[in-house]
Amino acid sequence: MAETIKKKRKNEPDGFDRFNRVSNTANVLLNIMFILMALVCIIPVLLVIAISLSAEASITDYGYHLIPKIISFEGYSYLATQSTLIIRALGVSLFVTIVGTVLGILLTTLMGYVLSRPGYKLNGFLTMVVFIPMVFNGGLVSTYFITSQLLNLKDTVWALILPLAVSSFNVVICRTFFKTTVPEELIESAKMDGARQFTIFFKIVLPISLPVLATIGLFLCFAYWNDWYQSMLYIDDQRLYSLQALLNAIMTNVNMLAQNAAAMGASMADTVANMPKEAARMAIVVVIVLPIACAYPFFQKYFISGLTVGAVKG
Amino acid sequence: MAAKEAIKKKKRRWTRDDTELTILALPTTIWYFLFAFLPMFGIVIAFKDYKIKGGFLQSIIQSDWIGFQNFKFLFSAGDIWIILRNTILYNIAFIILNIVVPVAMALLIGQLHNKKMAKVYQTAMFMPYFLSWVVVTALIWAFLSFDKGLLNGLLESLGKDPHQWYMEPKLWPPFLIFMYMWKNLGYSMVVYLATITGIDKTYYEAAGIDGATVWQQMRYVTLPLMKTVIIMMFIMAVGRIFYSDFGLFYQVPRDSNSLYNVSYTLDVFVFKQLKSSTTGMASAAAFVQSVAGCITILTANAIVRKVDRESAMI
Repeated sequence: MAETIKKKRKNEPDGFDRFNRVSNTANVLLNIMFILMALVCIIPVLLVIAISLSAEASITDYGYHLIPKIISFEGYSYLATQSTLIIRALGVSLFVTIVGTVLGILLTTLMGYVLSRPGYKLNGFLTMVVFIPMVFNGGLVSTYFITSQLLNLKDTVWALILPLAVSSFNVVICRTFFKTTVPEELIESAKMDGARQFTIFFKIVLPISLPVLATIGLFLCFAYWNDWYQSMLYIDDQRLYSLQALLNAIMTNVNMLAQNAAAMGASMADTVANMPKEAARMAIVVVIVLPIACAYPFFQKYFISGLTVGAVKG
Repeated sequence: MAAKEAIKKKKRRWTRDDTELTILALPTTIWYFLFAFLPMFGIVIAFKDYKIKGGFLQSIIQSDWIGFQNFKFLFSAGDIWIILRNTILYNIAFIILNIVVPVAMALLIGQLHNKKMAKVYQTAMFMPYFLSWVVVTALIWAFLSFDKGLLNGLLESLGKDPHQWYMEPKLWPPFLIFMYMWKNLGYSMVVYLATITGIDKTYYEAAGIDGATVWQQMRYVTLPLMKTVIIMMFIMAVGRIFYSDFGLFYQVPRDSNSLYNVSYTLDVFVFKQLKSSTTGMASAAAFVQSVAGCITILTANAIVRKVDRESAMI
């Protein structure tokens, strides 16, 4: 009895829930466990931020630390001076992400819409077009040769955009959404008024389908922003490196930035000795991660809704 | 009556609607043809002595058919067995852990008294999912680097010898599994949480009134209701047993020679062979992966269909 009263005083959920929950001890233990797990997920990112803010001399002397011994922005200011490489890479990343997301949304929703129309003559055929790639693919080797030699996309920005634009998973999410959420009567009545499918799709269906556009758009946005694989396959030209590709190259060769500066005129030995390579490298990581880390907590719910919609078979 | 006739007519004859829908679907269909179906035909490279002569079509026509020569090569080189072993064993570990841990965490996080904190933990644990493997490799490097890493710094401050972490193959299988979980736990947890939130609250009230403790409710109410989702996730994962997360196995070990035996999977092997222009072996391995992958996915799907018709992918 006394225990119940104590519970009531500490936190006050209503009615039945008050009794039907784990004991306070268990609650504390669980909280500790989840705090630890959350820290394990967050700390690596904090460490990288700390390194990016450390003075190069202190990194050389003491190694990486969670709390910078000497705080300095030289990593970032160095990046700012390397505009040919960094700003360009940022530009490529932004271009690929924006163009890719818009193109991907368009291609995905178009197909999803068409497949959601009952009684469309080629429905069966197009369904096969979408489903077969889900179970069978040509494998990396033939994909690589087709994309680079037949379609001639090697060392073009389109090699970063086109291969990722459509995924059957997204098309199925769209189809399910249109089928279940867009009322058939709405489309029929528009047809009565003489609207063409083109108009119906862009003027009626898309405006009322913002949740699914947000979900697909976010999937695509993160996929493009995070992509390094396509760059590794198809891009040899440094001018087309995205931020991820650049980081990938710098992870393999920390002197890459310096070599680039040397090619620009400065003497090689000088730049290698003086540049804040470690801090600059981690500063690139921060430039990549920061927008994601700031954005995803707000967009989480669209991801979750995408996952649950995808799980429902249309 | 009239409506029925209209539907019948629609089914029989090609209407203006069909034309318009076909035009809408055309761009995506072309995409599928170029990026999904052409590579499927390109898979014949595996049976050819592929030499680049001019364009892709010319090369593929002029290369000689060599039957199963590429496969003989592939399977007589001892590596392939280690690679298959790695791919399958890692996948088995991932499949088991990626069900047990996220299900347990999803069950436990729902028990926390403070729902706001639960949301904070969930958000923090979701973050690694949004980082690319290149970024994760940089994060790990900050810990494991020999001369500057946090871990060796810690060992030295305790008076112990630093380790060459990238040269200790024994530690890597558990570490790679840990990194996989680190990156995917938040995502999988969300999938299972979505199922749990969908469960009718009255079940718990009924169980509680009958005297079931919260732990018993988890065991006898929640878990049985999650059974279908768990089985589905399991079978889907089994269907992809010949595929692996390329970034995890290619980027994270940083191409360290000593780690090849424990980090090579099919995807990494195909990529490496392709990049070193050993097209024959690469195409044979890619062929094995595509065909074996297709068979396992179809089998898995057939089983899903038996378990629960609604959840089948196809």
